[in-house]
Amino acid sequence: MLANAWIIPLLPLIAFVAIVFFTNRNQKLSSLISIGAVCLSFVISLFVIASVLKNPVASEFELTWVDLPGFKIKVGMLIDPLTAVMLFVVCTVSMLVHIYSVGYMAGDPRFSRFFSFLSLFTFSMLGLVIANNFLEIFIFWELVGLTSYLLIGFWFEKKIASDAGKKAFITTRTGDLGFIIGILILTTAAGTFNFKEMFHAVEAGHIPFGLLTVGAIFLFAGAVGKSAQFPLHVWLPDAMEGPTPVSALIHAATMVAAGVYLVARTITIYLAAENAALVVAIIGCFTAFLAASIALVQNDIKRVLAYSTISQLGYMIMVLGLGGFTAGSFHLYTHAFFKALLFLGAGSVIHAMHTNDIWDMGGLYRKMKITAITFIIASLSISGIFPLSGFWSKDEILAVASHYHNPIFLIVGVLVAGMTAFYMFRLCFVTFFGQPRDQEKFDHAHESPKVMTIPLMILAFLSIVAGWVGIPWLKHGYCSFVFHHEPHHVEPNFLLMIISTLVALSGIYLAYAMYYKGSISPEKLKAKFAFPYKVLYNKYYFDELYHAVIVNPLLKLCDFLFTKLDVGVVDWLVNGVGNFTVFLSDVKEWFDSRIVDGAVNGLAYVTKGIGSGLRRVQTGQLQNYAFVIFFGLVLIILFKLS
Amino acid sequence: MDFPILTLMIFIPFLGMILILLLKREQESAARFLAALFSFIPLVLSFILLARYDGSTSGLQFVEKYEWIPSLGITYFLGADGLSVPMLFLTALLCFVSVIYSFGDIKERVRQYFAFLLLLEVGMMGVFAALDFFLFYIFWEIVLVPMYFLIGIWGHGRKEYSAIKFFLYTLFGSLFMLVGILALYFTVEPHTLNMMVLIEKAPELARGFQLLAFVAFYIAFAVKVPIFPFHTWLPDAHVDAPTAVSVILAGILLKMGTYGFLRISYPMFPEGAIYFALPIGILALINIVYGALVCMAQKDLKKMIAYSSVSHMGYCMLGMAAITVTGISGCVFQMVSHGLITGALFLLVGVLYERAHTREISAFGGLWIKVPVYSGIMMLFCLGSLGLPGLSGFVSEFMVFVGAFPVFNVIVPLAVIGVVLTAAYFLRMIQAMFLGTFNTKWEGLTEISGREIFTVIPLAILMVGIGVYPSPLTNMIKATIENIVHLVTG
Repeated sequence: MLANAWIIPLLPLIAFVAIVFFTNRNQKLSSLISIGAVCLSFVISLFVIASVLKNPVASEFELTWVDLPGFKIKVGMLIDPLTAVMLFVVCTVSMLVHIYSVGYMAGDPRFSRFFSFLSLFTFSMLGLVIANNFLEIFIFWELVGLTSYLLIGFWFEKKIASDAGKKAFITTRTGDLGFIIGILILTTAAGTFNFKEMFHAVEAGHIPFGLLTVGAIFLFAGAVGKSAQFPLHVWLPDAMEGPTPVSALIHAATMVAAGVYLVARTITIYLAAENAALVVAIIGCFTAFLAASIALVQNDIKRVLAYSTISQLGYMIMVLGLGGFTAGSFHLYTHAFFKALLFLGAGSVIHAMHTNDIWDMGGLYRKMKITAITFIIASLSISGIFPLSGFWSKDEILAVASHYHNPIFLIVGVLVAGMTAFYMFRLCFVTFFGQPRDQEKFDHAHESPKVMTIPLMILAFLSIVAGWVGIPWLKHGYCSFVFHHEPHHVEPNFLLMIISTLVALSGIYLAYAMYYKGSISPEKLKAKFAFPYKVLYNKYYFDELYHAVIVNPLLKLCDFLFTKLDVGVVDWLVNGVGNFTVFLSDVKEWFDSRIVDGAVNGLAYVTKGIGSGLRRVQTGQLQNYAFVIFFGLVLIILFKLS
Repeated sequence: MDFPILTLMIFIPFLGMILILLLKREQESAARFLAALFSFIPLVLSFILLARYDGSTSGLQFVEKYEWIPSLGITYFLGADGLSVPMLFLTALLCFVSVIYSFGDIKERVRQYFAFLLLLEVGMMGVFAALDFFLFYIFWEIVLVPMYFLIGIWGHGRKEYSAIKFFLYTLFGSLFMLVGILALYFTVEPHTLNMMVLIEKAPELARGFQLLAFVAFYIAFAVKVPIFPFHTWLPDAHVDAPTAVSVILAGILLKMGTYGFLRISYPMFPEGAIYFALPIGILALINIVYGALVCMAQKDLKKMIAYSSVSHMGYCMLGMAAITVTGISGCVFQMVSHGLITGALFLLVGVLYERAHTREISAFGGLWIKVPVYSGIMMLFCLGSLGLPGLSGFVSEFMVFVGAFPVFNVIVPLAVIGVVLTAAYFLRMIQAMFLGTFNTKWEGLTEISGREIFTVIPLAILMVGIGVYPSPLTNMIKATIENIVHLVTG
């Protein structure tokens, strides 16, 4: 089965091509082709995971793509347990999102195009996870960026949506600058693009430590862009302008996890370059806190979830930086299911209410039971409540953090867990409980069709049980499947489990007290902490800052370079040379016509004058001549005599 | 060599030109037909060239060599290697495509137009096939004449200004080349203009002479590429030229510059190439970043694409300056890729301009709704130009980076910034023109026609083809480039 794993990404690609060129007009057929392709890929991914489980070694299959000195690329696949898990995650979420979209996108005039883009995305993401070398992963990395751009701006008539797409593409590409430079540094030093050869070179110490550190940090810049880590996190909340199934698939469960996947895939490098790993951990930790704090006060249901995603990705990045390969990838796996569920649930609510603002909602539990229950399950899971899957993966992360000599990572980790529980249940209470705030919208609300609720239920099931494979006292669990070199067994730390559960529960209780019972007034808190509230509400003013410091000066620079330097100096010089040449020829013309020609003409004039003067003498009358001769003779005689 | 394929590729368009001139003024469709036919035959021949070219050796193939003016050591000497075969093919393809495109937008003095276009093809083919300096210089200068008239007569805007600017600028450059050629001729014993012999004799040339000669040729080629600060003829000429001529300007004429470097400057004056590697690398960086920044300030679509050529040709120069096999392969790959992508972009700008009579980016909006096929194709080529993986531009840029990074540790990371800037100006343009609310002013805009699609399809196929699987092209050029690098670095 492994040798044919390339079929998994190929099927969605075929679906994309088929829809674009053939079935574009037939909406139903297009969606069926797209869904059929991803379902088949899902089935094959199950076989792959089964055969990797049986025989968990990395397998590679190669084909020469380009062969130049220093740039020999063999396209191939690297299928190890990490890849197998990712294939499973991507296929599962993608399949469910495809099905859900049939309901969510019904009636959209660009229905077929939507499915073709979903297929293109699935192809690119699957290609990304099976890549076996740096160039290949970068190619698919950019392709997922493209599909993300296309899907964020899917409703491109809205300026805000096309703005968001552009912002996402350019911001992540800024991170990719680092990615490219990192690839250049590392591959030049190691002399290979292939992951395994590179890792061998790293472990054998063939790459100087300094280069390795610099290369690893640049490489991480790519992950910072894609996984929306500080300081490139600004694009992800805006990306919520895309259709909600897209937010679930791309901007929550899979593509944004690509950065985490990249760090996990190259964990060997980070384990060897401790300083770079520390940078990774600090960025992740800081982002986790920063995003969670913003999420506390946002009012758009999707934006809260977006900041929650950034925060959770920060968690994963942090733990990878601390060397927790198993814990990081495990949280990536569980997070995919409950975060996809949260977004699809939010989509179901938005579909019913036609608004994103949670303060227009309320009491929806009565109208949308399935959506509400599944959403709450996901919220419990992300908050890390026993025994849902989020509990196990979050616990793994905190356990790794607790082993680090500086307690800061553990403290922030626990704090973020509490914040997460708070803002998630703030959403739950405001949206699903209490009294309807907008009666008219409430009256029109209804539960979504089965094609949407069934994926919700499946994801709810996964949000509960997916983490059970990683229960610490399980003998052949996740830890003995996805590991780096040696199975990574963290002894279950009951004290930590109890503390994190208590923190999560107190977060939930605080949300309950503020937004359900009303025993603590949010308004009073808001008034009391007006300044911090304003800063958080405005997301620490990152967008404004970037506009003032980067975007606007850059645009001014471009304008300056064009009008002042290019037209004003360079072309001015060119035209100046031209004009000077014309001026010179004018001068020369003047000189020619006045001086040179003047001299010539003057000579001619003088000659002519003399000539015409002399001409008078030539009268042609003999008597005149005779007179002159006679007179001359007389003069000569007189002269001789005297 | 039994079958004079290169001679045929050069002179069949010439024959076509003569036949067109023999037509009567009103026989416009006959002129169109003849132009299509006589640019199609070289295209077919170029396919034969591609098929029969053996990429495993760096030696010359399809050689034709006859004594011409023996007393001056001048020969009629044609031949092709891994450097010229892709360029000959690109020339044949873009000329044919340009002729077909011109069916629609050229309505005045049709006969003369196509005659000039075919003469242009003669010159360009000759440049890429000639291996004798005398012949090379003749073809090099032949290109100027039809180009001058094509811009000056059938252009738009300040066409006379642009035409004369182009002409004088290039002529200024060629004079330096002429001096260089004469200096070479009189320095080498026995006097010869045979390029291959001159390359063999290169090690005998004094270092000082090599540096001087390199500079002389540099000016000639830098104007053509164009390298900052010799680039300001380009936006004017490209913008004011008729569509098909912009395609040829961007697609082929610029490559005559880089081709000249690789055919003449680098192998003949290796000392110069090594000595000036860093300055050229820095100028390449300026081209890339400065070109991209200036693009962002453009309001006219065609001008933006014209300036994007400045930026993209910078990648060629960066790869070349590194003098590594991968870097120069990236350069040649970029020459082909840029020809395909920018050629197509100019065609597509022409398609829009013909209908809307404006190229102001901000005058449009939401076109994706009205003309989805046109918008889709345009966006595909924009993505190609901004270096999206899977399309040819990415491969060449990456090859340049990989090839140049070991040599230029600082310049290359700075040049990578160009990748982001390019994405930024293309996405801004796409957003302003194709996304957003539809500007109802363009309610009457018609979709791209079948003939117009026909002209860009081959370019799209090749762009995707060598982008997905670059080996056929890299294998074709590799041996020749290894030889060049060997000649330069020893």
